[in-house]
Amino acid sequence: MTHPYVRLLEQITRVGGVRGAMLVVADDGLVVAESLMVGIRGAAIAALAASLTRRFAMVTKTSTVGELGFLHLQGEDGTLAIVPAPTGVLVVAVGGSDMNVGLARLEMLRIAEVAR
Amino acid sequence: MVRELQAMAALFERDPGSLVFLELGEELRRMGRLESGVRVALTGLEWHPSLAEAHDLYARILVDIGDLDRAREVWMRVLERHPRHVGALKGLGFLSFWDGDVDTALDRLETALGVDPTDYTVVQALMTVRAAVEASEPASEEVAVDSVFGGFEGADEGMLLVSDRGRVLGGRLRGRDAEDVSEEAAAYLSGAAQEAERTSRMLGLGAWRWMVAEAADGNVHVSSPDPETLLLVVRDRSVPAGRLAVVAERAGHAARSWLETSRP
Repeated sequence: MTHPYVRLLEQITRVGGVRGAMLVVADDGLVVAESLMVGIRGAAIAALAASLTRRFAMVTKTSTVGELGFLHLQGEDGTLAIVPAPTGVLVVAVGGSDMNVGLARLEMLRIAEVAR
Repeated sequence: MVRELQAMAALFERDPGSLVFLELGEELRRMGRLESGVRVALTGLEWHPSLAEAHDLYARILVDIGDLDRAREVWMRVLERHPRHVGALKGLGFLSFWDGDVDTALDRLETALGVDPTDYTVVQALMTVRAAVEASEPASEEVAVDSVFGGFEGADEGMLLVSDRGRVLGGRLRGRDAEDVSEEAAAYLSGAAQEAERTSRMLGLGAWRWMVAEAADGNVHVSSPDPETLLLVVRDRSVPAGRLAVVAERAGHAARSWLETSRP
């Protein structure tokens, strides 16, 4: 049986350029649910996304812009996007440099609302 | 606290091999009961001779006693086995600072911050040392630093050029009450950028180009004008991410020009 969150994550993976989406526990980087293309290392993405979010949250906190709502890391060959949900879960999407980040962000924010 | 201390001491008495000695020794140190602290730390070390935290505890108590040479030896031994041990790096950083060797102090503390950018005690230590360094430098340096983003709107409150080791090179970031939070932000930024580099590399995203964070009250853009520097641009939510990227791009050009002329 498919985990109900996987169906939600598939709404992100349908977005152009997205190779995978996951729900991750923010505190320890453990995977809650994932929808990934073959060959994508879910555990590594989860751990790194959680760590990056923790560290970047310190930057936004110090910069007095408040709670982190969306983080976008752009690499030469790929993209990582993270939305911290209020429940302590991260919605994470990884894709190519052609990833439609705007659309993926919308889906991620929607899932962050329901991921409890 | 007294009751907790008694409980820890009783547990330690019953089972001297348990790790409760770390907490007990630290509490005794905080209370100034240094002789008892030494006894606990040394007993713990007999049971756990390779535990870096035990050596770190012992060294911190030695510092409080005033035996700085021995503390330095203990921390050096920790670093030989664990080159990224935050406690040892922080301790040795402060010892170097007290010796007047600020370069080594900054080196140790910046390395510690790279290991754990969320450790507030390291950030505080680094800010203390940097403040002391800045206070001893001639005023002309400050003029040069302020000239990096000359003419840019918000350069004095939401634009920061930082070395990859977290040292402020130019611009300024201000907090809610207009206080200068540049040093603190620079320290955290350095750690976040290191994590971004590691994440990009391990996930096959290629070299990281920039990061954008949207937060409740503003947006943050981080880029790397050259391999040794980081640029942070902060604006309120009225400036959309696309516009923020343009501002960051222009500021990056200005930073590169400044770096070209200021480096030997």
